[in-house]
Amino acid sequence: MIEQEHLIDLKNISKDFDGTTVLKNINLYVRKKEFVTLLGPSGCGKTTTLRIIGGFEYPSEGTVYFEGKDITNLPPYKRRVNTVFQKYALFPHLNVRDNIAFGLKIAKVPRDEINKRVDRMLDLVNLSGYGKRKVDQLSGGQQQRIAIARALVNEPEVLLLDEPLGALDLKLRKEMQLELKSMQQRLGITFIYVTHDQEEALTMSDTVVVMRDGHILQIGDPKRIYDEPANAFVADFIGESNIMRGIMVRDELVHFSGYDFPCVDSGFGEGVPVDVVVRPEDIMLVGEDIGQISGVVKSVLFKGVHYEMMIDVGETTLKVHSTVMQPQGSRVGINIVPYNIHIMKPMVKEASANV
Amino acid sequence: MMKFLKRFYLGLILVFLYVPIGVLIVQSFNAGKSRVKWEGFSLRWYEELFHDARIMNALYVTVSIALLAMIAATILGTLAAIGIYSMKKRPQALMMTLTNLPNTMPDIVTGISLMLLFLFTKVERGYITMLLAHIAFDTPYVILSVLPKLKQMNKHTYEAALDLGATPAYAITHVIIPECKQGIITGAMLAFTLSIDDFTISYFTTSPLIQNLSTLIYSAARKGIEPSLNALSALMFIALLILLLIVNHRTAESK
Repeated sequence: MIEQEHLIDLKNISKDFDGTTVLKNINLYVRKKEFVTLLGPSGCGKTTTLRIIGGFEYPSEGTVYFEGKDITNLPPYKRRVNTVFQKYALFPHLNVRDNIAFGLKIAKVPRDEINKRVDRMLDLVNLSGYGKRKVDQLSGGQQQRIAIARALVNEPEVLLLDEPLGALDLKLRKEMQLELKSMQQRLGITFIYVTHDQEEALTMSDTVVVMRDGHILQIGDPKRIYDEPANAFVADFIGESNIMRGIMVRDELVHFSGYDFPCVDSGFGEGVPVDVVVRPEDIMLVGEDIGQISGVVKSVLFKGVHYEMMIDVGETTLKVHSTVMQPQGSRVGINIVPYNIHIMKPMVKEASANV
Repeated sequence: MMKFLKRFYLGLILVFLYVPIGVLIVQSFNAGKSRVKWEGFSLRWYEELFHDARIMNALYVTVSIALLAMIAATILGTLAAIGIYSMKKRPQALMMTLTNLPNTMPDIVTGISLMLLFLFTKVERGYITMLLAHIAFDTPYVILSVLPKLKQMNKHTYEAALDLGATPAYAITHVIIPECKQGIITGAMLAFTLSIDDFTISYFTTSPLIQNLSTLIYSAARKGIEPSLNALSALMFIALLILLLIVNHRTAESK
């Protein structure tokens, strides 16, 4: 029953390029109307995963299912997905209107309806009246909207977006994030979105898939990924964080930075090495004597909304975000509430490297 | 002074380049048969030119071969360029070397090797062999004008067409070819010009019965040049000049 609501299923997907493995045994499903983001640093395999779904690459191993049907070897022009490419890949020899109408003409949609649907799309992306323009006369942001319109006009089941906002400046990018998200909700289309920008991923997605070196590290909703990263890499990649080595004293008590902190995690065992994550905004600075531990403010940076302070607590240096500034060189106390301490199993790779 | 020298030098070069052609054009309007004495203006040789069946036939051979070779080479070259473009890096570099090589080879080598090929395969030399030879030397030039246009495209253009439902054939005819139309037209014109221009390769790949203008002029020159050939050469010069100007203009515009 659960399988049925899966729109896309990737089962045991691996991909080699000339002997280099870029994807290793990827398993992932996408539900109808879901906004899924593939997130990771460059070279992590996120774009390759997207291209396999689009049909531009064929996996070396594994199967791609669309509504339960095997589409692994189906060419792109037979798939009910459309793609917004990096740098848009519009057709410069056609004007805006003909770019958007390209797919409909191939599908032999009657001319009246093509006109109607293209107009509706131009309206949707706020570019009514631009139909006769040449695409290279448009700004990057406008080209971006045309690329989205050209894909959406075909009413695909799934829209694939490959770093679509990468070429835009910061302000425009933020606006487009919100626009894309609201478009996705209004149209009820499944989006699969590739980005290396963690903030973008958290802002827009229902589900975030964190990838690294051809593996999936964690799948979850943005809040879960942020609050409960599966390992040190995810914690470091998503947002800013303090990652420390610690030892689980017993359930709900963890030792790091020279102190036994109460926490809420259990089931790791006793005396077991763990990774501890604390977000900079979750560290409370208090009077020197009333903190769980204390340290010296080494540096202060003004970041706009808050100050970023580096606090030397002896064993490590903690990054702290606070709206109240503590002067450099002063001694402060530090409190961390149990709920804000997140315990993770050490990453296998790094653990073995340390032995 | 320096400025004067510069201008003088440039003028000298232009004089060297264009005086012979100027003399030829002036002579083509000379009423008399003499090549040293001006006997008054006349269009006589132009008239004779158009009444000379041999010359008219050669003109027909030249233009028809240039057109056919242009069409064939444009199709072949464009498809080859698309093929080379979609290759991986290493085979692509190899193919480009193989494509450039014939261009750098002296025409006489190309001509003789084609002649040997036709002799060896016992193909009788004539119109068809000359046409084949022209297609062969035109094609690399078409490839060289189309390939840069393909490389300028967004690398996902072809995929974008497939993504929107185009079959590979539709994507090539409706997206890839229109995208590099400028390069294709330039390549076609280049092929046409080179084909009209060619003497050496034509000479080795045709029979004495089928003559194009250049081989005809060459054989006529041995018996002494008819003034009507002056008129012909003048016309050819003007036609090629116009074509080259168009090609240069296009190349300059697309940069």
